[in-house]
Amino acid sequence: MARKLLAAVAAFSTLAVHGALAEPESTDPIKLTTHDWTGQIVTTTIMGEVLKNAGYNVEYVQADYIAQFAGLKTGDLHVAMEIWETTGREAMDEATATGNVVNMGETGMVAIEEWWYPAYMADVCPGLPDWKALNDCAEEFATPETAPLGRYLGGPVTWGGFDDERVEALGMDFEVVHAGTDAALFAELESAYQRKAPIVLWLYTPHWAPSKYEGSFVKFPPYSAECYNDPSVGINPDAAYDCGKPTGPIWKVAWKGVEEKWPGAAKAIKAFKVSNADMGEMVAKVDLQGMSVDDVVAEWMAANKDSWSSWAQ
Amino acid sequence: MTDGVHNRARPARAPTAGLSGFPSFSAVFWIGLFLVTWALSTWSFALYKTFDARWIIRYPKKLEIPLDTWISNATNWLVEDLNFGFFTFRDVTRFISAIIEAPYDIMRSLLVDGFMIGQGQQAIDVAPPLSWIAIISIAVSLALYAKDRWLAILVGVCFAYLAAFGQWDSAMVTLASVLIAVPIGVAGGLALGIVAYRLPAFERMLRPVLDLMQTVPVFAYLVPILVLFGFGPVAALIATVIYAMPPMVRISTVALHSVPEEVIEAGRMVGCRRGQLMWKVLIPTAMPSLMVGVNQVIMLTLNMVIIASMIGAGGLGYDVLTALRRLDIGGGIEAGLAIVVMAIALDRLSQAFAVRRVRPHLDPQLPFHKRHPVFTLVVAIAVFTTLAGAYLPAFREYPARLTLTTGTFWNSTIEWINVNFFDSIEAVKTVLLNVLLLPVKRFFTGIPWAWGIVVVGLAAARICGWKLGVMAAAMTFFIAASGLWREAMTTVYLCSVSVLIASVIGIPLGIWAGQNPRANSVIGAMIDTLQTLPSFVYLIPVVMLFRVGDFSAMIAVVLYALAPAVRYAAHGIRSVDEELIEAGKVSGCTSRQILWRIKLPLAAPSLLLGLNQTIMLAISMLVITALVGTRDLGQEVYIALTKANIGQGIVAGLSVAFIAIIADRVVTALARSSQQKLGLT
Repeated sequence: MARKLLAAVAAFSTLAVHGALAEPESTDPIKLTTHDWTGQIVTTTIMGEVLKNAGYNVEYVQADYIAQFAGLKTGDLHVAMEIWETTGREAMDEATATGNVVNMGETGMVAIEEWWYPAYMADVCPGLPDWKALNDCAEEFATPETAPLGRYLGGPVTWGGFDDERVEALGMDFEVVHAGTDAALFAELESAYQRKAPIVLWLYTPHWAPSKYEGSFVKFPPYSAECYNDPSVGINPDAAYDCGKPTGPIWKVAWKGVEEKWPGAAKAIKAFKVSNADMGEMVAKVDLQGMSVDDVVAEWMAANKDSWSSWAQ
Repeated sequence: MTDGVHNRARPARAPTAGLSGFPSFSAVFWIGLFLVTWALSTWSFALYKTFDARWIIRYPKKLEIPLDTWISNATNWLVEDLNFGFFTFRDVTRFISAIIEAPYDIMRSLLVDGFMIGQGQQAIDVAPPLSWIAIISIAVSLALYAKDRWLAILVGVCFAYLAAFGQWDSAMVTLASVLIAVPIGVAGGLALGIVAYRLPAFERMLRPVLDLMQTVPVFAYLVPILVLFGFGPVAALIATVIYAMPPMVRISTVALHSVPEEVIEAGRMVGCRRGQLMWKVLIPTAMPSLMVGVNQVIMLTLNMVIIASMIGAGGLGYDVLTALRRLDIGGGIEAGLAIVVMAIALDRLSQAFAVRRVRPHLDPQLPFHKRHPVFTLVVAIAVFTTLAGAYLPAFREYPARLTLTTGTFWNSTIEWINVNFFDSIEAVKTVLLNVLLLPVKRFFTGIPWAWGIVVVGLAAARICGWKLGVMAAAMTFFIAASGLWREAMTTVYLCSVSVLIASVIGIPLGIWAGQNPRANSVIGAMIDTLQTLPSFVYLIPVVMLFRVGDFSAMIAVVLYALAPAVRYAAHGIRSVDEELIEAGKVSGCTSRQILWRIKLPLAAPSLLLGLNQTIMLAISMLVITALVGTRDLGQEVYIALTKANIGQGIVAGLSVAFIAIIADRVVTALARSSQQKLGLT
């Protein structure tokens, strides 16, 4: 009798365990952060939809790119889907060092950031995309404020990028003007592009701009860590930064509690991968063709069922 | 922004006319001060080279006060370690956010989301949100109740715009936070105002705090708020309340103080207790002034919509930001105008409530629906449309195919201007840069910091007395000692150029509006729009036409700070005594002479107050100009925000506040002494 009861209890408990496997470990919503650029919202929505499909509850919380780390450390926020090697590394390292935030691996997308010029400038300035050719026609890029130096529109000061140092190290006849935000950056590009006016500026992918405007990245001497750290390496023996900018992965990070509370979700988040090409296409559909993020994501989910359905297993 | 800063009661000094026959001491003082400053500014670099004394142009790094590190450490301690035994400091702040979050959630469910039980996919719908038709009819009937059918039509058109241009859901999210932030701001402001009225010591303590709340840029304290109150709409609400509450405190104190003694006496005679005296006598008497405060709170709350959306408030502000990030100028303008129409509707409604006449009570024998026909009708509409929404989608949501849009109109207009006029604009811009902006910039950034402290102290002491002189010098020293001298001088340069241009454009417009009612209505509408339209909306076109740099920043500041220059000028001209003008006419003045000899001199105090407000608004726009790449204190605050550096943000924010406070005190004192000269006080 007692044995029978025990067996029944055992059977019941295994059943319960099996039931729990199909169900999410916790019905508390997983909070994913969204920022103010489309690519990141698309990435986050794909992740959110995948998690919803696996039975988890998901909540999107709008938060600032850097300020969100304060919330990720305390568990107010749970997952951030796009931390760029190029702009977020410092904040990410600081956060993971506390032990409260964990790196969930690469998203599969690679950030490229570099000086960029529109295609029509190639006629004015033969020899592009080589940086020496760019330098030879620096005067073409001059404005009344910068003349006789050419004007290069850099990113916001907070993006870093060492453009002032680069111009110095490579002895380029350019003056670096920093835009305050990327909206200002693209406003200038749009304005110049409409007038077919000379412009060279900081651009990055994945973003809609390289698909909207025809043009290319300038080719600098290739980046290496030594070139940034060691003055003797590179063209200029006395200065660092005499090379192009590094490219780098876009990372995912999460609050450390995610793995304990929602192990299945954590696995899916780690497995998440999207390519640059797919992302560029989706971002262009939203920003240039005016489709809604949800529609674009649904379209991608339908076309790529094989890849995402394996993440959550 | 700082309406009421100048309401401080301060014994103004009599104008120093100097010894009779030698009125020139003042002139000698000012010209001398300027010449010394100019000389030092021009040759500061040469001085540094000759004496090899770098400290002349740069505050020595070793002597900098590391206040930013201290503040960062202090907040870290506050957030992570402070413990009251059973609970931590953070538990307290989280408790406060929970209290605010509850009514906000209810409001939001009512207006947009609908009521649900459970979470995520397990959630069960309990009740739908109010239908859009119901919300419009409620707004219209409120207008009818507060004033008349013209106001009802205006409010109706405003809300119809929100529905027709597809802004409804975002607008309702914004409305939900406004409907929570405004009552908190008003109640808190009134409570503090009452305490300040009763305890003069508390009022003295509160004043500098209010000054700081109004002048420290919001960006400076966003990060600590996020850490303490959590991410999401509540943190945004709290930042909004901090920004929007001070005018309510000031206005309530002033309003209560200005209740006539006879009224209070009468209240005492009929045997009021302290509480009764306050709620039954003082507050009802002061109501019209208090409603001005309510109106200010509403306007400032709407000013914060964009910044609030940066930290998770969503709504219209978020739509503006995302539209601009994809250069959708039309989308940005439509969402921005939605904020404007909402501001107009709420502003006119609150003003109407302020002056509402009490209507006679109807015969209580009549049935309820006859006594309150509009109320009954609105409830019927609300219930019917909301229930019908369950079956007919058109009642639930405004039908998408009826949505209007200005589409690509704005984008193509800007493109047309850009392609055809860029070169002429560029030519004008280059001239202005060379003639005005660059010389002024060189002058201010050249001033050695040590002399800067002396000159600010001397000037403030000369105008407002030695106490203020010492305070101004101390504040200037704080800025230098924080290592922000260069940024501060860039700030002063940008602000002074913008204020100059805003005055040159604004004062003539104001004079015109003050003399011509028709011009007044057009200019008034333009000014209202400029002030409530989020500056982000025009920042992008401005950058497209003027490029990144100081010039774009200046245009944005001028557009925003124009309003008070126009308003105060118009007000000053209008309030000139009719009899004086009459006297001028009788003695044969031409209308030009009346303007120059009578109206303008008498309007001078008003013009100075307008100048004061223009400066305040210009300073409050600084952080926004950081977004187009200036290298001033605004940029410093913005960098601190994006790096989540609490100390750096607060120190830079305080520097901005100090510049604003010094400017405010000096200009207010000037206005006061010119009033006394004219015998207007």
